[in-house]
Amino acid sequence: MRGHLPPIFANAAGMLPLLSLEVVARHLMSNAMAARPSFAARLGEYSGRTFAVDPVDCPFVFVLTPQDGGTHLSVVREAVGFDARIAAPLVVLLGMIDGTYDGDALFFSRDLSIEGDTEAVLALRNAIENADLDLSTVLGFPQAMQGPVNRAARQVFMRVRRLLDAPEDSGPNGVANGVNLS
Amino acid sequence: MTTPLELVCPAGTPAGLRTAVDAGAHSVYCGFRDETNARNFPGLNFDRAEMREAAAYAHAHGAKIAIALNTFMRAGSTDLWKRGVDDAVAAGADALILADVGLVDYARKAHPKQRLHLSVQAAAATPEAIAFYRDRFGIARVVLPRVLTVEEVSRLTAHAAPCETEVFVFGGLCVMAEGRCMLSSYATGKSPNMTGVCSPPSHVTYREDRDALVACVGGFTIERFERGEPAGYPTLCKGRFVADGTMSHLFEDPVSLNAVTLLPRLAEIGVTAFKIEGRQRGRAYISTVVRAFRKVIDAMAAGKKIDLDELRGLTEGQRDTVGAYKKTWR
Repeated sequence: MRGHLPPIFANAAGMLPLLSLEVVARHLMSNAMAARPSFAARLGEYSGRTFAVDPVDCPFVFVLTPQDGGTHLSVVREAVGFDARIAAPLVVLLGMIDGTYDGDALFFSRDLSIEGDTEAVLALRNAIENADLDLSTVLGFPQAMQGPVNRAARQVFMRVRRLLDAPEDSGPNGVANGVNLS
Repeated sequence: MTTPLELVCPAGTPAGLRTAVDAGAHSVYCGFRDETNARNFPGLNFDRAEMREAAAYAHAHGAKIAIALNTFMRAGSTDLWKRGVDDAVAAGADALILADVGLVDYARKAHPKQRLHLSVQAAAATPEAIAFYRDRFGIARVVLPRVLTVEEVSRLTAHAAPCETEVFVFGGLCVMAEGRCMLSSYATGKSPNMTGVCSPPSHVTYREDRDALVACVGGFTIERFERGEPAGYPTLCKGRFVADGTMSHLFEDPVSLNAVTLLPRLAEIGVTAFKIEGRQRGRAYISTVVRAFRKVIDAMAAGKKIDLDELRGLTEGQRDTVGAYKKTWR
């Protein structure tokens, strides 16, 4: 399947305790929310909805409930009781967060699927788009280190995506922006 | 080419606007977070403070900003639209994009020096209609409907002068006369004309059915995408229906407009501005499409050959068309 992690990685990830994944994911989420305090405001009335973000090539699902006072996040084997579910390979989901991919294009190409409250999914997608996140922000790096870290991360992610035959990069973080002019 | 061509780009969020400007947009169009604009989707658009910052960012980078208030005012509740006009002017808009003739009249009287554009939602597709808006209200530019051939655009552009013409060159395609389409209203009670949403996401559901993706709008099943089959937007006009015993995309194929090959001809006949559709799209789309079209416009000016295969991945249904510009539809 295009963009899927090799089963060996998925199996290894499956052996990690969910609690450790959850601690790391919460820390990253907390960094992102601290850097983008207007995130919940952009979600508007959809703040408080529960989203299952499902990396389909991994044996776990992130369950998020963004709220004004902070986002609740848990990592589970199987999500139940969500308002909306967004499913795609892990590298594709990461590429949506950093603006490498356009959500509509992924939907058209069937690399991404959604179910449940379509309106809430759109609100979340648009809030993430406007958050304009990058790796150094999510990792909580100081301003001075962000440029070099982000440049290196783009190159690494691009190579990983190519290795996994993920959808082609585009957009502000993509490298294939050139038009062939002869 | 006597007048410099203008690339008009979409922005649904402040981050999208910065992306468009950085990618080379000559101007960016956007709207407030309410039903005054025809892309009133959740999580999208600008509040008043964001709009002021957006205008400042655009101006600081040599770009212009056009604010769309292109839905039709509701009887008995016109204040929202009039306040939108006042706030757009105060935010520093270089142009307002309007559709409602009453709002055009208000904007002209309240802000005599403000540049006004006529939205595609006004469906001005005759020399008489354009002349009325130009002569009565001083409309400086008209955005032409996406149902015209190049020859029709040529004749209208000649008649419209000194009013400029703007045409869509890339993105989602409306086969209907915009501002007059009732399909979304019929299925959901909401429409781009009045509430700013076509096939609103609140009325759209998707479900998996034996490896296929089934899309419903307002309770009507409009499409079934088999495994691996490219998907399109969940609008009634792009659904697949059975008529006379044959299943087909009855109104319109789920494809995107891509008129890049027509740019030289459109420039030759006097079109001033090329518009990219997609305020609901992400930064990846904006960046790719804006950069590509800016390079084409610059290449045209330098007399170079163009090749644009890279845009295909971003198109609806993964396919594109020159639409009505060359009447090859069924």
